[in-house]
Amino acid sequence: MASMAAAVPFWRAAGMTYITYSNICASLVRGCLKEPYRSEAAAREKVHFAVSKWANGKPEKSSIRSDSHAE
Amino acid sequence: MYRHAPRLLTRVIGGGVRRSATARAFSTDLPAAPSEDAAFVEAWRKVAPNIDPPKTPLAFMKPRPPTPSSIPSKLTINFVLPYQSEISNKEVDMVIVPATTGQMGVLPGHVATIAELKPGLLSVHEGSEVTKYFVSSGFAFVHGNSVTDIVAVEAVPVDRIDLSLVQKGLADFTQKLNSATTDLEKAEAQIGVDVHSALNAALSG
Repeated sequence: MASMAAAVPFWRAAGMTYITYSNICASLVRGCLKEPYRSEAAAREKVHFAVSKWANGKPEKSSIRSDSHAE
Repeated sequence: MYRHAPRLLTRVIGGGVRRSATARAFSTDLPAAPSEDAAFVEAWRKVAPNIDPPKTPLAFMKPRPPTPSSIPSKLTINFVLPYQSEISNKEVDMVIVPATTGQMGVLPGHVATIAELKPGLLSVHEGSEVTKYFVSSGFAFVHGNSVTDIVAVEAVPVDRIDLSLVQKGLADFTQKLNSATTDLEKAEAQIGVDVHSALNAALSG
C-alpha cells in the first residue's frame, strides 16, 4: 500500500489542468515559428464559439459569438 | 489498520516476488488478447444456460495481436498530431522521445511503456538519417510488439523555428517570472521559460 503520492507538477499545484498546460505549450511553440508556417499555425488556433445566457427557459438576446482566436 | 499490516506486507512481497519471477526485460511471448472472458462465459452458462451470454466491448474490438516470440529487428512508429499524421507505420531503428523523466531512447523490443512528453526534441533514427521534430507536449505509447505511438499537440521540424523569436520569448518570460505575483502567473511564466529554453536547446544542440 503506497502512501507516497507522485510529485505534483508545478502547474497542477497552481490549479492548472493538463489540457490547459498542453495548450499553452502548443501556442507558445506556434508563436516561435518562421513566417509561412506561423500564419498557417495561427489558423489552427482559431476557436469558434457562441455563448448565450438562458433565463426562464429562453435564451437572452445578447449572446456572445466569436469567430476569432480566443485563449 | 496496523493490525493488517503484516498480512498486507507479505501479500505485497509475495505478489512482488511472483511478478518479478515472470518479469520480462523485453516484451515477447505475450499471446493475443482474448476476445471474450472465458470465466465470465462459463459462469453465465451455469446460471442462465438458455440465454446467450452478452457480448462485451472486447468482442467488437480488434484484439491485441500476439507479441512475436523473438524481438523484431525494427521499430514501427506512428507519429500523429491533431490535424495531420506525420509518420504512419514507418519502420525505423530507434526513436528518442523527450519524456518528462528525460530523453528516452526506444529500441525494438523495448518494454511496454507510457511516457508523458515534455517540450523537447523527438528524433527518429533510420539507418544513418535522423529526422528531428520539436514536440510541444504529448504522450508516447510503446507497445509490447515494438509498435510505438507518439501523439503530440504541436510538433514542428526544427528548421521551422525562428531563433530570434525564441530568444525574445525567453527573455520576456524570464522577466515575467521575476515579476509574477499569483501562483497562476508564476506557473504560466514558468511554462513559458521551460518551453523557450527547450526550443533554444533544440536549436543549438
